[in-house]
Amino acid sequence: MSVDQATVRRIAHLARIAVSPEEVPHLQQELNAILSFVEELSAVDVEGVEPMTSVVPMKMVWRKDAVTDHAGADVVVANAPVSEDNFFVVPKVVE
Amino acid sequence: MTDVTRLTLAEARDALAARKLSAVELTQAHLDAMAKARGLNAYVVETPDQALAMAAASDARIASGAAGPLEGLPLGVKDLYATKGVHTQACSHILDGFKPDYESTVTSHLWRDGAVMLGKLNMDEFAMGSSNETSYYGPVASPWLPAGRDAASAREALAGDKKGLLTPGGSSGGSASAVAAHLCLGATASDTGGSIRQPAAFTGTVGIKPTYGRCSRWGMVAFASSLDQAGPIARTVRDCAIMLRSMAGHDAKDATCIDAPVPDYEASIGASIKGKKIGVPREYRIEGMPAEIEKLWADGVAYLKAAGAEIVDISLPHTRTALPAYYIVAPAEASSNLARYDGVRYGLRVPGKDISSMYENTRRAGFGPEVRRRIMIGAYVLSAGYYDAYYVRAQKIRTLIRQDFEKVYAQGVDAILTPATPSAAFGIGEKGSADPVEMYLNDVFTVTVNMAGLPGIAVPAGLSGDGLPLGLQLIGRPFDEETLFSMASVIEDSAGRMALPQPWW
Repeated sequence: MSVDQATVRRIAHLARIAVSPEEVPHLQQELNAILSFVEELSAVDVEGVEPMTSVVPMKMVWRKDAVTDHAGADVVVANAPVSEDNFFVVPKVVE
Repeated sequence: MTDVTRLTLAEARDALAARKLSAVELTQAHLDAMAKARGLNAYVVETPDQALAMAAASDARIASGAAGPLEGLPLGVKDLYATKGVHTQACSHILDGFKPDYESTVTSHLWRDGAVMLGKLNMDEFAMGSSNETSYYGPVASPWLPAGRDAASAREALAGDKKGLLTPGGSSGGSASAVAAHLCLGATASDTGGSIRQPAAFTGTVGIKPTYGRCSRWGMVAFASSLDQAGPIARTVRDCAIMLRSMAGHDAKDATCIDAPVPDYEASIGASIKGKKIGVPREYRIEGMPAEIEKLWADGVAYLKAAGAEIVDISLPHTRTALPAYYIVAPAEASSNLARYDGVRYGLRVPGKDISSMYENTRRAGFGPEVRRRIMIGAYVLSAGYYDAYYVRAQKIRTLIRQDFEKVYAQGVDAILTPATPSAAFGIGEKGSADPVEMYLNDVFTVTVNMAGLPGIAVPAGLSGDGLPLGLQLIGRPFDEETLFSMASVIEDSAGRMALPQPWW
């Protein structure tokens, strides 16, 4: 399988990465190089094989449903590029 | 003592315990060496004040008889470990200015045991790379020089674009370079597809990726969560064993971290391997393998045989599929993990006309080209209509890869011997610029181990025709790192400890 330029733009949008029109052909070439590299997997017989969900067999453990994080709101927003009164500030979403 | 940075971690530990040396002296010697080695670009941040304060506290604990197992030993920390109040960016622009309010579990174990932090080490951006060239902070140079390169012209290159010098491998390139150049006694590293073992092999150092679940991933910047695992790089097998014992251990904050006692790995150094069965997989004899790698492998077989191990030919039929399957699974997980970098909660923000374009502009500017490529591949293989054909198929192949190993271990094989890398270190700027897949092929021998969640150690075993270090890899049974330490120490003793480069930088 390979991707066309429209698909490259669609994937970039899905990934929320801006691409300029000049970048698209180059990206298309790189993505297709990777896709052709993984192409040989289509020849592997996977009939009846379970997809891996956990690489090391382990039992999921239960813990108490309790607050474990005691950092204050000021600590939570300390690394934010823009914050106000311990809230994250973003561009207006709802008109 | 002349130059205390030349000590191994174990030697330094013993010298501190015998009061022949203070932690402050040892730390200051490393800080001085780091200041002279800035051209290598191994450290992205140095933390001298913190280091000296930690060392002074160590000296006090040694004096009062309360020393921990790593008391006073100066270490470097890969930039993907969260260190409280200190630069933590996984060498990405998108995490600009990020200083966590918390400490990763692995590093907190090191400080609990008395270790001293020298600074944060360079790496490929988000651990995506095999040469440390994708770092936002620029490439790292290996302390090893290419054949025929004189020190004066190398110093010139170091001050410029570093072309013509060697990469230390990646993604833990800063860790490997710093350990090989004696800028720390050991370093934390991490391995998703070979990022501990390949740089260790390229720099003549030792690196172990333990079994998935042996170390907590809490507080490590996530790349591909089902593959990522912490581990050390150090100058000897013993030093790695000492570090891993402290790094490993249960953590309730990581549900994939196992609750099992951590063995005293150092006790495995020098243990007999008589009667152990070591598998040599025929599928790793890849087409076009350089003769020097073939010879290295044969030497390794001979060393282990001489120590009383039994060598058996084995088959791991799905080996070939591991690398392509990895390049579906890892980008898929990365695209999900890296979705959190949106310019809202931390790091870089680039404004846009609305919130969506703010996300897109931030991620365009904040991620480097390799990271953007992998996120896009991941988004594609997870998208509607392609999920089954790519992602589910790759996860089925992963089951087959793991079953290959299970079958061999069920036949009584204790460990598997392979080369660590398909070649010696290559030059900065030499690979992957035209075709990203060229760089990916570096991980052909290491990636199977991550896909199967197994432990793997890289140990130096000889030199290439150009005088550069080459490493062998031993792959073990799940949670049997002890056997790997025993066998790796046989190879280390037989091949002779790697003579690391003298400072030219």
